[in-house]
Amino acid sequence: MAAPLSTTLAGRFSPITRRRFGVFRANRRAWVSLWIFAALFAVSLAAELIANDKPLVMKYDGQWYLPLLVDYPETEFGGFLPTRADYHDPFVQAQIEEHGWALWPLIPFSYQTLDMQMMRPSPAPPDARHWLGTDDQGRDVLARVIYGFRLSVFFALVLTAGSLVMGVLIGGIQGYFGGKTDLIGQRLTEIWSGLPVLFLLIILASFVQPGFWWLLGIMLLFSWLGLVDVVRAEFLRARNLEYVRAAKAMGLTPPLIMWRHVLPNAMVATLTFIPFLFTGAITTLTALDFLGFGLPPGSPSLGELVAQGKNNLHAPWLGITAFVSLSLMLSLLVFIGEGLRDAFDPRHIQHAASPTPPPRNLRDA
Amino acid sequence: MPETSAADLLRLDDLTVAFDEVTVVDRLSLRIRRGETLALVGESGSGKSVSALGAMGLLPDNARVEGGRWLGDTDLARLRGRDWQGLRGGRVGFVFQEPMTSLNPLHTVARQIGETLRLHQGLTGRAARERTRELLVQVKLPRPDELLDAWPHQLSGGQRQRVMIAMAIANDPELLIADEPTTALDVTVQREILALLAELRDRHGMGMLFITHDLNLVRRHADRVCVLFQGREQETGPVAEVFASPLSPYTRLLLDAEPEGRPAPAERGAPLLQAHRLGVRFQRPKRLFARRPPAFEALRPLDLAIAPGETLGIVGESGSGKTTLALALLRLTESHGEITFGEERLDRLSGKALRRQRRRFQVVFQDPYGSLSPRLPVSEIISEGLRFHYPELAEEEVVRRVQATLREVGLPEDCASRYPHEFSGGQRQRIAVARAIILEPEMLVLDEPTSALDRTVQKQLVALLRDLQARRGLSYLFISHDLAVVRAMAHRVMVLRDGEVVEQGECLAVLEQPRSDYTRALVAAAGLSPRLGQG
Repeated sequence: MAAPLSTTLAGRFSPITRRRFGVFRANRRAWVSLWIFAALFAVSLAAELIANDKPLVMKYDGQWYLPLLVDYPETEFGGFLPTRADYHDPFVQAQIEEHGWALWPLIPFSYQTLDMQMMRPSPAPPDARHWLGTDDQGRDVLARVIYGFRLSVFFALVLTAGSLVMGVLIGGIQGYFGGKTDLIGQRLTEIWSGLPVLFLLIILASFVQPGFWWLLGIMLLFSWLGLVDVVRAEFLRARNLEYVRAAKAMGLTPPLIMWRHVLPNAMVATLTFIPFLFTGAITTLTALDFLGFGLPPGSPSLGELVAQGKNNLHAPWLGITAFVSLSLMLSLLVFIGEGLRDAFDPRHIQHAASPTPPPRNLRDA
Repeated sequence: MPETSAADLLRLDDLTVAFDEVTVVDRLSLRIRRGETLALVGESGSGKSVSALGAMGLLPDNARVEGGRWLGDTDLARLRGRDWQGLRGGRVGFVFQEPMTSLNPLHTVARQIGETLRLHQGLTGRAARERTRELLVQVKLPRPDELLDAWPHQLSGGQRQRVMIAMAIANDPELLIADEPTTALDVTVQREILALLAELRDRHGMGMLFITHDLNLVRRHADRVCVLFQGREQETGPVAEVFASPLSPYTRLLLDAEPEGRPAPAERGAPLLQAHRLGVRFQRPKRLFARRPPAFEALRPLDLAIAPGETLGIVGESGSGKTTLALALLRLTESHGEITFGEERLDRLSGKALRRQRRRFQVVFQDPYGSLSPRLPVSEIISEGLRFHYPELAEEEVVRRVQATLREVGLPEDCASRYPHEFSGGQRQRIAVARAIILEPEMLVLDEPTSALDRTVQKQLVALLRDLQARRGLSYLFISHDLAVVRAMAHRVMVLRDGEVVEQGECLAVLEQPRSDYTRALVAAAGLSPRLGQG
């Protein structure tokens, strides 16, 4: 059986993709930003292991316990109540000390842990116990930032993915078929984009308690609108290219043509758009939380931290922490976005081209 | 130091151009006298344009230009910055290939030409306008007073090229560099433009460097010719001598490259494809409350029939409706009238039934760069239709057929995993042919498959297509503006003009004794060499 059809690892990606990857890597700021962002996100994914109000592992009376995964009643550790053990309770701590040991996470507080052993009024400034201080309810700010970062990024990821699917689908159908489909679709999206999102959310907040998925759903209804124009324009252009015509002449079905021939070329404009959708999603979530129309109270949200900073100007660590974490996250994303945009910009490739000799077919080009 | 005759206008001594250590032009020496046209001939990539641009210092910074270059008694190698500005557009005029992009779309004709006048002669206002008008008359543009204020998009390709020429001669240059000035134009317009250039050359006593790949044009419009191959000068001499007794083997190859021979005679059986009163109309946009303007007739109703194994050539200039006809027959554009393919009425089919029929008639497009998806490897491109229409085929069978088809179109088998950009234009066209024939169609629509290729490559492709036809009994609908290629391919021809059939009949009969004036003009402009292959 002839083997040349199988592709090697280097041949997995088309040459254009490989060249773009090279350009992106050559942009040091974007490349470093990507790594920092990825590292931060990876860390925040393991937030439960880093900031939690339960020990990771403990040994009590010769028995192993995993409080992180299993809820043990307090009676297990010599308490009187059959409720879930509170490991911050001095009595429980003393019991554990006496009968074994416990391995605590780096930050022994979760995002909603109220520190009952505080000697100072909340909000308390940073010290050895709370590295970034506590907020006005006595919760650890660092723990809230870590969880809040994860929540924001996760929200933005899902929202971006959802918008991408809807935007590409709707824009693609409009652009590929053109004519009446396009005309009607365009008018409908225009009307739809006229709906005021913020008011919808405020109205919604008055009769349901908007949770994570509620917010996501509402935002998703509108966030794809920006993508439609880009994707539609790319599809409109591509549908008259000769290889798309050739595919039509071959008798392929429209979905197959769109998927295999048009979409890969429209993805350039779309991918360039993604980082900006992403930052937009984070900013919107933060703004809603700041205004109080966002996630339910108690959720670890950066917007709520900003609001606390504004309400407690005498506690500057709140405002400063919110500002630094938000601006760091958004700057990293903007740098990554810039790098992506340049990588996909054909005019940019010449400037960023590596000093390798030109391909030998330049002569007979 | 070679001796200089006073008449030498441009002199290049051992001109060498290199890009990042890759030598593109190797020791080219040539002279142009006043009032003389020197043609620089070669295929694409032979370094024709690069040597002209290099001599005039118009190459990007990574190019290294060496050797002596003199314009009159100015040493071009010593010119710096500002000196060049006076020279280019002043003593040397340029006419480029692409009339669509070489004019600024946001400037009127008067402003474009006026700019060179202002820069080099300091003419402004009324004087500049007067001189511009004079120039438009010189290049024989109709209605010069109106055209002064016309925008580039209002002009046809030929008119734009005339404006470019007016700009080039605005400052009475000594040397005119015309880089493929007519390649983008229709053949009949080509002839007028070249005649105009010759007339202007004689009137102003200019020297002309005429860069082209088309030997037919050289034969008729140049005094001396210099043949380039891969950056090396092959031979230089008076046109008549070089054409009559070429010294270098490459020149002989080039002269010999006109597609020749005739297709094998086809049997006249029951027609495979028949169209009856097939026409295409494009609706014009309607304004609010206004009556809809009459539709644009891109193709007036016509009848045609193609027998199995037969080639019908469709000939015409741009805008004549050739491609529209092809798209209508392929059911890729809206049309009216009957199309019968074999037993099926194609015009009545749609959706799935139409898609099932599609494998029986395939298409090869003109642009070898645009017709292959840049993101798929060749094996995927070729096998796509096969996998779609025959999903039951096993992977090994698909691979086997791809290999067999690649062999059949003369491509090495190892190219299956490579991407289109790694191939030359001729090879890409072979890939496109492979993609079409792997479905074992009964008919191929070939829409200008050879026009983007060099002559020598054209000849090979024509041979391949004829060979495939003989082997597989394919019918071709062959669209081209190039009569030499049509003669080598078609059994019968149909001449289109503005969407209407001007003339049709047996290929040789039409080309040798055209009945209509239009066909006669086409045949005359094509300058077909009289020798005919035996069919």
